[in-house]
Amino acid sequence: MNTEIFLKMENIHKRFGSVVASAGATLEVAENEIHALLGENGAGKSVLMNILCGVLAPNEGSIVFKGAPLKLGSPREAIQHRIGMVHQHFMLVHNLTVAENYMLGQGSPLRLIRDRSELCDRIRALSDRYGLDVQPDALLEDLSVGQQQRVEILKVLFQGIDVLILDEPTAVLTHQETDRLLLLLRDLVADGKTVIFISHKLDEVMRVSDRVSIMRDGRVVRTVKTAETSPRELARLMVGRDVLMELPREPVECGQVVLSVTGLSCNNELERPAVRDVSFEVRQKEIVGIAGVSGNGQSELALALAGLLPAKSGSIKLNNKEVTGMCSTAVRRLPLAHIPEDRHKMGIVLSLSLAENVILHRYTDPPFATRGLLRFGAIAAHTRELMRQFQVKASHEDVAIRNLSGGNQQKLVVARELARNPDLLLINQLTRGIDIGAIEFVMQEVLRQKVAGRAILLISTELEELLAVCDRIFVMFGGRLVGELPPDRGRLEELGLLMAGNTAEAARLAAATG
Amino acid sequence: MEHFNLLVFLAVTLAAAWQTATPIIYAAVGEIFTERAGVLNIGIEGTMLIGAFVGFATTDLTGSLALGFTAAIAAGMLTGLLFACFTVTIKANQVVVGVALNLLGLGLTSFLFRTYFVHTGSGVPNMPAVHIPILSGLPFFGVALFQQNIIVYLSLAVAFLARFVLFSTSFGLTLRATGDHPEAVAITGRSVVLYRYGAIMIGSSLAALGGAFLTLADVNQFVEGMTDGRGFIALAVVVFSRWSPVGAFFVSLIFGLFYALQLELQAQPSLGIPYQALQAMPYILTILALVFVHNKQDAPRTLGVPYNKA
Repeated sequence: MNTEIFLKMENIHKRFGSVVASAGATLEVAENEIHALLGENGAGKSVLMNILCGVLAPNEGSIVFKGAPLKLGSPREAIQHRIGMVHQHFMLVHNLTVAENYMLGQGSPLRLIRDRSELCDRIRALSDRYGLDVQPDALLEDLSVGQQQRVEILKVLFQGIDVLILDEPTAVLTHQETDRLLLLLRDLVADGKTVIFISHKLDEVMRVSDRVSIMRDGRVVRTVKTAETSPRELARLMVGRDVLMELPREPVECGQVVLSVTGLSCNNELERPAVRDVSFEVRQKEIVGIAGVSGNGQSELALALAGLLPAKSGSIKLNNKEVTGMCSTAVRRLPLAHIPEDRHKMGIVLSLSLAENVILHRYTDPPFATRGLLRFGAIAAHTRELMRQFQVKASHEDVAIRNLSGGNQQKLVVARELARNPDLLLINQLTRGIDIGAIEFVMQEVLRQKVAGRAILLISTELEELLAVCDRIFVMFGGRLVGELPPDRGRLEELGLLMAGNTAEAARLAAATG
Repeated sequence: MEHFNLLVFLAVTLAAAWQTATPIIYAAVGEIFTERAGVLNIGIEGTMLIGAFVGFATTDLTGSLALGFTAAIAAGMLTGLLFACFTVTIKANQVVVGVALNLLGLGLTSFLFRTYFVHTGSGVPNMPAVHIPILSGLPFFGVALFQQNIIVYLSLAVAFLARFVLFSTSFGLTLRATGDHPEAVAITGRSVVLYRYGAIMIGSSLAALGGAFLTLADVNQFVEGMTDGRGFIALAVVVFSRWSPVGAFFVSLIFGLFYALQLELQAQPSLGIPYQALQAMPYILTILALVFVHNKQDAPRTLGVPYNKA
C-alpha cells in the first residue's frame, strides 16, 4: 500500500432541506485496496459516494485525490478524473443494446451510430479480460439482473477508471453470483484498480475487503483493517451496540399441523406454470423456511396461500379445513396473517397515515368503525399501542407512512398482522430493504411468535435469515421443492447448489459429507 | 366499363387517403419524438389548430405560402416551448397542461379568426400539385401517388428522416434513452431537460406544420375547430405504430383511407353502404387501437413522468 494519501474526503457535509445526510464525514482510501463502506440504511454511505462520483455536490468539505484537491461538478468530470460508480439502480437503458448503452452520451450528438463493430470488439476484449461474459449486441431487457450488473461494471471500466465505487452490489445477486462478483473485485485490485464497496452485509465485507470504514448517522465512526476485526465488532460499530448474530433458540416441541399443502400447482399471471406439485406441512411452534433464488415460484406460492392466486390443482388446508379456492376476502377472515414480499405494493399504502395503514384490512370492523363511520379515537389508540410494542419510530400516528424508514414500515406491517392473532404467519421477505437494528427486532419477534405457538412459513432469498430462525428449510427451484435441509451452516454449499437447480451435485455432496 | 370505373375510384380514393393522412402523419411523427423522450403531449390537437391558423393568417396577409408554413412552424415551436415550460421546468401534470393547450388552441384561434379574418371569404392561394415527370403518367398509380402537392410528398420523407434521426444518430439514441432512463442520460453529462425541451419543440413544430397543411394545402381556408380530432387520432397512431415513425406513416394512411372512402362513398349512394358506418371507422379504429394494441412494454418507461434531479 502506498504511504502517500491517495484519496481523502474530509469533513463532508450534505443536507437535503432539513435532513442531514452527511455530517462531517471523513474517509481515507488507499491506492489499490478494496475499501468497504459499511453502515445501516440511511447512515449516509450512498450520499458520500455520490459526492465522490460527482452526482451530488457537498455543502461543505473537501476532497483530495492523488495529491491534488478535487472539485467535481458532474459525473462526467469524475470519469475524467478516473472515478466511476456502479449505482444501486443501474444506469442502463432497457430498450437499447449493451453497445448502445456504452455509446450513450459519448461524442457529438450529430454522430452516426451505424458503425459499431469496432466498439463491440473493444467491449468483447475488455469483457474477456475480466471474464465478464458481456455480449455487446444483447438487448438490455433480455438480461438477468446479474448480467446487467456485469454490463454496468464493464461500462464503468470501459470509461477507463482507476477508482470503482459499487453501491450495494450484492443486494440483487444470488449466492453464486455474489461469489463471482467478489472474485471479480479481487481481479480488479490485482489489475491496479482501487475499489470502494458499499454494503450492509457483514460476511461479504469480511470476505473481500482490505479495510472497512463504518458509517453511522452521516459520519465515518471508525476505519479498521479487516484482518484485525470481527463481524461482531463491525456490527457493534454499525448500530452502536451489540447485535445478536446468533439468535438464541431454545428447542421447542412442535404442535399439531396448521398448514398442510398437497400437490399444489398454480400458474403465474402470464398463465405459465409457476408452482409445480408442491407439498409440505407447517406445525405449531415451527418455522419452516423456503429458500431459493427469486423467480422460482416463491412469490406465486405465497400468493396462492394468501388466496390471491388461484390453485390449478392440489389442496391447501388450514387447521385441517380446506381453504383452496376461497376468495381473498374469505382468506383474510381466516386465522392467517400475510406479510407480503413487496411492502410498497401490497403491504402498505404509502400516502396513507400509520393509523390508516394499521386498519387497512379491518376498517369496517368494530371497534374501528361503527355504523359505517370510523372511530378515530379507537384507531389512534390501537395504532399507538402497536407503535409502542414494536418500537416504531414516528412522530405521530397521523403522519404518512412514506416518511418512515423501511425498517419502521416493516415493523408496523408485522405489528398489524400479528394483531390479528393468527395461527399461521405467512412471511415473504421479512427483512428486505431494512436496516440491521430492524432486522434483529423483527427476527426476534418471529422467534417469539413461534414460542407462543404459531406456525410460521418464512419465504426468503436471504440464506442468513433462514439459517438464523428456521427449523427446516426447503429449497425451491423451477416451481418445485427440490430439497429439505436442517438449518446447518455446514451445508451452505449444498443449499447453494440446490438453489441453482443442481440437485445431482447437491445429492453427491450430501452423501459425501454423510 | 364497370371495371374501369372501379380502378378510377380506387386511384382517387388512394390519392385522397394520402392527402387526408398527411396532417396526421406530421403530428404523429412529431409526437413520437416527444413521447420517445418521455413526455406525453396530448395538446397536439390545439397545436395543430394554432399552426393551421397562423399559417392561414400569414399567407392571407403576405400572399406567400412559404412564409405561411414558416410562421406555422415557428408558432408550433413557441407552443412547444410553452408546453415544455409547464411540464418539464415546472413539472406540472402533462395531461392537464395538454388539455389546457387544446382548449387554448381552439379558443385563441377562433377568437382571432372571428376578430380579424371572418370577412376574408376568398381563402388563400392554392398549393399547386407537383406532377412528378413520367411517374405521374402511369396508369392508376400516377393519379394515386404522383400528383400530390409537395407537403404530401414531404410527409414520407419526414417519416424516414425521423427514423434515421431517432435510430441512427447519437442525438436519437440519447433522446430515446431520455424517455427510458433519464438518470442514465444525466450521468453522462447530457441535459435531460434540454433533450425534453428539444423533443417537445420538434413534436409541436411538426404538429403545427400538419395543421398548416389543412389551411394552406387542403381546404385553403380556416374554419374554427377544423382539425376535427386529427390530433387525437395522431396520438392513437403513435400507440398503434409502437412509436415507430415509418410505422406511423402507414398507420396514418389506413386512417386516411377510411376518411377518404367515406367521402367517396357519400358521392356514390348507389353502393348501399351507409356512409355513417364508414365515417365512424377512423374513430372506432382509434378505440380498438388503444384497447388492443396498447402494449406497456413498448411504451417509453418514463412516459408522462416528470424528471427530478437527484
